[in-house]
Amino acid sequence: MERVPITVTVNGRRISAVVEPRMTLADFLREELGLTGTKLGCEHGVCGSCTVLWDGAAVRSCLVLAAQADGANITTIEGLATDGTLHPVQQAFWEAHALQCGFCTPGMVLTAVALLAENPNPSEEEIREALSGNLCRCTGYQNIVRAVQLAARHERAGT
Amino acid sequence: MKPPAFAYERPQSLNEALEVLAREGAEARPLAGGQSLIPMLALRLARPTVLVDLGGIAGLDELSLEDGTLVAGAMVRQRRLERDPLVAQHLPLLAAATRLVGHPAIRNRGTLGGSLAHADPSAEYPAVALALEAELVIRGPSGERSVPAREFFLGPFTTALADGELLTAVRFPLPSAATGWGIAEVARRHGDFALAGAVTLLERAADGTCVRAAIALFGVATRPVRATAAEQALVGQPLTVETFREAAARATEAIDEPLSDVHGSAAYRKQIVPVVVRRALEAAAQRLQAT
Repeated sequence: MERVPITVTVNGRRISAVVEPRMTLADFLREELGLTGTKLGCEHGVCGSCTVLWDGAAVRSCLVLAAQADGANITTIEGLATDGTLHPVQQAFWEAHALQCGFCTPGMVLTAVALLAENPNPSEEEIREALSGNLCRCTGYQNIVRAVQLAARHERAGT
Repeated sequence: MKPPAFAYERPQSLNEALEVLAREGAEARPLAGGQSLIPMLALRLARPTVLVDLGGIAGLDELSLEDGTLVAGAMVRQRRLERDPLVAQHLPLLAAATRLVGHPAIRNRGTLGGSLAHADPSAEYPAVALALEAELVIRGPSGERSVPAREFFLGPFTTALADGELLTAVRFPLPSAATGWGIAEVARRHGDFALAGAVTLLERAADGTCVRAAIALFGVATRPVRATAAEQALVGQPLTVETFREAAARATEAIDEPLSDVHGSAAYRKQIVPVVVRRALEAAAQRLQAT
């Protein structure tokens, strides 16, 4: 099949590539760019592990083709920390013990980042609603919700 | 879990898209938000030879109000319908239904037209279109045509769209000011497809009785269906809990071919239909009282 040229910004870096049409954005990030922080769980849009930010909004990278991402601005889990300092949501996940095996964590963190960007003071119900599409196989949901609440408090306090 | 190989086209205009579809024939599939199509590719339930990405076509994602009708382009993202002030003000039912579609990450990509053209019998939008008697605007090689929702949904994943045609917009007539609306569904988990759901519209006369009722069911039959016997049981009646209970009991009469699968048997779905209908009717009545 004829390959498709794309230019996409990933974690602030502008990248030009030529991709097979059937390659998903998730596989492009992992296989072509080596950004394996994006996890693949179900590969059909159920588990949320592969969530990335697309122009700031949470999307499932297994449900978009790399070809569709031409011109998009993508943020993966690798793009959150700056100069070795964790993003406030990452820091809160650490402090609140919001990860066990860690497989769902990148998707959870990016989903929470998208939520807090548009709603800096979410209720617990709103947090659960926002995270409802992300499955944690360790079932560590209580601490994940607490971490998002903690991150929201930190971000509001500007710390 | 990788899609089979296919070619990819990204036309820049509607005419170009129609040309590609005409050239490639029945094996070409339009790609809107892809939130249903890409899983079907990954599971190899669909094997198109060409995907025609509609994302590059300008003008398919417009929302406007025209003479008491909300006109929504097929490529309007679900997330926008959830939050757009125009929708919130004039057709809050559409925003409420959207919040029941998948999860935020799905709705960020998923589109109105994609969901309607996909015609999953458990999806919310087809039932909303049916309850509101929306018109679906279709473009094909021979021009534009408009199909009422009741003639659009033919069966599971089957619509009146012919090969080579594209759904371009939906025209939702706005309910009168004396109309209340409701939507209720039962699903295993939040964001899952409904095992049974109902969309209701109740129009109230000056004397407080019901002059018009619309009840559309989803998740229970091979396509969204109107519960006409239940609707007729409401007209002329006072909007009371008793009336709703009696009407809701008649809603199952509309189900000719019940859905039955591992998530819910036909018997279970039929049993919860009156429950979701009653809840959606009560929600509609409450909204009427609030006005």
